[in-house]
Amino acid sequence: MNTTFSRTDESLFGRWWWTIDRWMIAAIIAILAMGAILALAASPAVAERIGLDTFYFAQRQFIVLPFVLIVMFAVSLLNRSGVRQFAVICFGLAVLLMIYTLMDGTEIKGATRWVTFAGFSIQPSEFVKPSFAIIAAWMFSAWRLKEDFPGYMVAVGLYLTVVALLLMQPDVGMAILVSVVWGVQFFLAGLPMLLVLAIGIIFISGGFAAYFNFEHVQSRIDRFFDPASTEAYQVMRSLEAFRNGGVFGRGPGEGHVKEVLPDAHADFIFAVAGEEFGLVMTLLIVGLFLFVVLRGFARAFKETDLFVQLAVAGLLVQFGLQAIINMASTLNLMPTKGMTLPFISYGGSSMLALAIGLGMVLALTRERPGQENAWRDLGGRDMGGRLI
Amino acid sequence: MNFERLRHPFSPPESNVSVKETASEIPTHIKFEGIRRQALEIGRNRLLVTGALFTLAFAVVAGRLVELAVVEQAGEEARSSRIAATSKMRKVRSDITDRNGILLATSLPTASLYANPQHILDPKEAARKLARVFPNMDRSKIQAKLAAKKTFVWLQRNLTPKTQFSVNALGIPGLYFQRTERRVYPHGRIVAHALGLTNIDGQGLSGIEGYFDKSLRGTDEPIALSLDIRVQSILREELLKSMAEFRAIGAAGVVMDATNGEVQAMISLPDFNPNKPVTAAGIAGFNRVTKGVYEMGSTFKLFTAAMALDSGVARLRDRYDATKPIKISRFKISDYHAKNRWLSVPEIIVYSSNIGAAKMALEVGTAGQKKYLKRFGMLKPAAIELPEIGSPLTPDHWREINTMTISYGHGIAVSPIQLVAGVAALVNGGVLYNPRMIKFSNDQKAVGSKVLSKATSKKMRGLMRLVVRNGTGRNADVPGYLIGGKTGTADKPGPRGGYGSRRVISSFVAAFPMDKPRYVILALLDEPKGTQRTHGYATGGWVAAPVVARVVKRMASLLGLKPSQRTEKLPKPGDDLFIAARATIR
Repeated sequence: MNTTFSRTDESLFGRWWWTIDRWMIAAIIAILAMGAILALAASPAVAERIGLDTFYFAQRQFIVLPFVLIVMFAVSLLNRSGVRQFAVICFGLAVLLMIYTLMDGTEIKGATRWVTFAGFSIQPSEFVKPSFAIIAAWMFSAWRLKEDFPGYMVAVGLYLTVVALLLMQPDVGMAILVSVVWGVQFFLAGLPMLLVLAIGIIFISGGFAAYFNFEHVQSRIDRFFDPASTEAYQVMRSLEAFRNGGVFGRGPGEGHVKEVLPDAHADFIFAVAGEEFGLVMTLLIVGLFLFVVLRGFARAFKETDLFVQLAVAGLLVQFGLQAIINMASTLNLMPTKGMTLPFISYGGSSMLALAIGLGMVLALTRERPGQENAWRDLGGRDMGGRLI
Repeated sequence: MNFERLRHPFSPPESNVSVKETASEIPTHIKFEGIRRQALEIGRNRLLVTGALFTLAFAVVAGRLVELAVVEQAGEEARSSRIAATSKMRKVRSDITDRNGILLATSLPTASLYANPQHILDPKEAARKLARVFPNMDRSKIQAKLAAKKTFVWLQRNLTPKTQFSVNALGIPGLYFQRTERRVYPHGRIVAHALGLTNIDGQGLSGIEGYFDKSLRGTDEPIALSLDIRVQSILREELLKSMAEFRAIGAAGVVMDATNGEVQAMISLPDFNPNKPVTAAGIAGFNRVTKGVYEMGSTFKLFTAAMALDSGVARLRDRYDATKPIKISRFKISDYHAKNRWLSVPEIIVYSSNIGAAKMALEVGTAGQKKYLKRFGMLKPAAIELPEIGSPLTPDHWREINTMTISYGHGIAVSPIQLVAGVAALVNGGVLYNPRMIKFSNDQKAVGSKVLSKATSKKMRGLMRLVVRNGTGRNADVPGYLIGGKTGTADKPGPRGGYGSRRVISSFVAAFPMDKPRYVILALLDEPKGTQRTHGYATGGWVAAPVVARVVKRMASLLGLKPSQRTEKLPKPGDDLFIAARATIR
């Protein structure tokens, strides 16, 4: 950036620059850069093994990267109502596409999650995640603040619809993620403690139901608890990779785990990072994810708008949880979930959906006049904030 | 949380009314503001909880990363060495390596199929199914085995994992697998006779496998041979080349360390593939180097000269009458490269004069010749760690005529390894070491027996160098490596005894570098035929000497032996070793 902006610059970009959370942007770009490096490290081996051009995955990843930045920037320009409108459109389209996939989708690895559109495979359920978080936040805040609006009813209804669609695909992993995000938002919105317990029980029993009703979920969990099973192979190799890497790693391109793991460029990319770049890199990645989540939370904490608080928290819970689930399953702390590491794993739909989600976070956490007073406001001296 | 007091989302409408009633007294915007602040505060509190949980989860991930990368990495090495140790324990027969630790023989675990016929329900059906998995096995034979009144019959040894799987897939009760081992020789034919073979039950039959059978089964430590697989492979290649060029029926070769008797290469051709024991049938399985005994011919003149010089009956400058062949009873001893004049000792060796050698031997005498040949190890079987040892053939009655023929290597047959060990003693300062197949460990020292004076040994080195520089061995010369040697071309006795069938054993025994000999090399070809290139000659100088030259060239650079930069000191006229250039022969 050659131009300098003064704080009084009232241009679109100037205003954006001075109100956006620049630390968070830096962290996100750092994560994207790590993803680019790891795509170069991990994906050629995978591409060669399945007979594709050596840099097939790496190229596609690099084509998606600029779009990710553009989408994130564009979304972050929206104001609050813009974010809501965008989420509603996005949610509507994604739900329609999900219904379409159920009827006529591309089946990959036993699940119909994909629509092929102009040569690109799109996974509509990815786009449901951020948009639903916004809509749920909107409904919850409306329920809390507008006495005669049945916000929670709408939230529950939409939630059941989305989860039903996800389970029909079936995509249990994403259903669980959406459920947890929705649950956390409900919790933040002031769900009574009794109901918190009740919903916790429902989630746990839902998990058991998933275990008994979906064969692949069952096998994944059984594998986790039975280290001798042949299919625990992926995780064992992944652990070996972290051990081989040690503190400083074996060096870029020197790893072997990518040669044996089919998902080294996607679900198991963290193991490649551990093997080739060592503890230094993996801790940095963990740190960056935690930074993004906590930084967003801190902004949400100061927020005077309940909708913004819930929306930002929901989106970041989704982002952070996805990272934790991916890393934890790579580290054998939980059963493998088939969840990507945000912005690092290969996958165009997932990247773009995350770009939308974090773009929304950036948009919602932009500083607004009067925000400075919000903290004092809580002490009860000044109202300052604007009502919806 | 005092949320429920404020507003209960699932409470019946009646209770809502009461909340509204109390709230209605407060102005609307303040009440609304109160709800908003209340909601925000709850959100904030709960956000703190969520953030803390997140931090905790990330901390667990980070902790796990540290555990794997730092703590478990340290344990990695210990664990892998433990696995290696246990897998070694399971091995029944230990490995054999070359002197540099290159694996020459190892055992791989396999499964062997056997049956308990008492448990076979339907032998006919089982045989039909098995015959499909083993197309090379006869169905009726399998059926007979399965129907036998026994409790154990072998069906097939050493199954591949794939066939094992197929047999399991048949699901026939009464079939069992026995964990067995299969001996594998990664270098195949390159080390055949020296390693030998094991039988199907893994018992050593021949070679090192046979000689060390007990210790191979009793220890986990691999046995390190003195062989160097690289030298072994070079020697084999060069012998094969010459064998092909001169259409020889066989060949033998040895490279031995002159300073301690370690055999670095041992080749007998034709050879076999130890991984396929059937290829060892017949002559291919015969180790010419240790088991075969041959009349060596002129190479024996070295021993004759050595004993004459050492016992003092001859000095280098002494001359012997070689003007005409010796006739004794029905024998006639003549020279191949006849000079028809008096020859000095160096000339006898360089021109390979039978007459001169015989006359020297006569001066040493029969008893003296026997004494020295015994010292050189020619009269008793070689003491090398192989079961295949040939006993030398010596005259029952050692008469004068025997003394004369033995002086140039006829009438006595020794194994190539005996010859090499003896020649090593001639050049290394006069110490005879037993040839050995096992590498000396660092703290071991070779013990030999003194058989010759240092001075004689020095003279012998001079004589042998002369042969390569001026005499019959010039094809063996490699600049810089000071090779010395002696050719040998011995007539093979015909099928009914007697000589003259023009079938020969051509050999060249050499040592290098002659100023301080390190290696002794022997190349021997059985029944080579002359070619146009060699003008029809199939003598040791033409067929075997070039093998030695090529082997030295290749192994010297491999073993890091630098060529000598000094110009060789040539004997001048008047010197004992001087031979007039015009007199040199091919």
